[in-house]
Amino acid sequence: MSTGDCCCEANNSCCSNKAVKTVSTTLTFEDICGAWKARWGIGRMDYIVNPGLYAVGSPNSDSPVLVSANYKLTFDTLRKNLSGLDCWLLILNTKGVNVWCAAGKGTFGTDELIYQIKAVGLSETVTHRKLILPQLGAPGVRAHEVRKSTGFSVMYGPVRASDIKTFISSGYKATKEMRTVKFTLWDRLVLTPMELVESAKVSLMVFGVLFLLNLVAVRPFGLEDFLAYAASVFIGAVVTPALLPVIPGKAFAFKGWLLGAIGTACIAWSYGWFSSPFLLLGVGYMLVLPAHSAFLAMNFTGASTYTSPSGVLKEMKIAIPLIVFSFVVGMLLILMKTFMG
Amino acid sequence: MKMKYLKDVTTLAFHAERCVGCGLCAEVCPHGVFHVESGKAQVVDKDLCMECGACKMNCPEEAIEVNAGVGCAVAIIMSWITGKEPSCGCSDDGGCC
Repeated sequence: MSTGDCCCEANNSCCSNKAVKTVSTTLTFEDICGAWKARWGIGRMDYIVNPGLYAVGSPNSDSPVLVSANYKLTFDTLRKNLSGLDCWLLILNTKGVNVWCAAGKGTFGTDELIYQIKAVGLSETVTHRKLILPQLGAPGVRAHEVRKSTGFSVMYGPVRASDIKTFISSGYKATKEMRTVKFTLWDRLVLTPMELVESAKVSLMVFGVLFLLNLVAVRPFGLEDFLAYAASVFIGAVVTPALLPVIPGKAFAFKGWLLGAIGTACIAWSYGWFSSPFLLLGVGYMLVLPAHSAFLAMNFTGASTYTSPSGVLKEMKIAIPLIVFSFVVGMLLILMKTFMG
Repeated sequence: MKMKYLKDVTTLAFHAERCVGCGLCAEVCPHGVFHVESGKAQVVDKDLCMECGACKMNCPEEAIEVNAGVGCAVAIIMSWITGKEPSCGCSDDGGCC
């Protein structure tokens, strides 16, 4: 990770400069491009701004202080929602990770917050002793400890940056709606490119192995096999996340398996893999591909906003043995067809 | 529509006798698990808990217990392989959250 580089495109002053940088509340074309790239996993781990104090508008010693993470996607989402406000931004060093994940890791945490308050000399910049933290920073921060060691009292603001203006103008009150995490179709869809990129990496290895097998195969793998496989990836990594709330069942793996089974059955039927010379192939793929979709869907628990670790562990203990068994048996059937024709 | 995960799995435990009714648990919970009424917090729907640990961290009276962690299958698989605590694999080469 490039810690020494300058990365605050918001203005041109350099990072070592102690003066407070003023940031704009409008995103440039580069910011929007950068966000798109981060969603596809390009340079995602280095998409950072420097920790420290920033000014929005023309804040004075009475202006509110908002605390956030140094992932640039987070920083940009926050500042674009602050137009017309005069406030301070205290950016913690979360190593380029968003607030919620960083709070879970503890990098958006009590110690780092106390450190940054002291490092930027916040008690000299503002006369009040209040900080507004994003609510999702709470898993990493002990509000009472921050107050004890710095004198600043922590106030948890809304979950979404888009509610901050309302929160401030209503006298620092958040409605229940503002306090609740949602997981809308759009929230889920923006996460799916990353799921595709991750499975594409594994897929390249799979294609390598299939290419080698094809050198000695009686029935080589072809376009039809590729399409059936690609469909199982798409079903597990995109369709299941998108349709999550309407697919029957609770376990993610089950949801992925169900859609995978329907998808594979349709494809296998259309290729005639359920009739005699290809039956081995049809049954084999019915065992392999839905299991694959189930595995990818299960991995989406990490991106979801409502799964508990105890729940995921319970799901995995049941799903993984079934997935492995189904996959191995199915693979054996497919390989029998591949080598015996 | 409120999405719900598996039933009866959360490790959340609330000791009402220690609660002083400050209301911070209800404030930080992202799924509205707590509700404060007449100076005491109560658990409204335990099955909505995702074990993020925000309530436990911010309870000044230590009235809440929960094994907080990441509800992420990839993180749990990685922890089985490396023998470390499950954590989002963000520090390595991408992957999670």
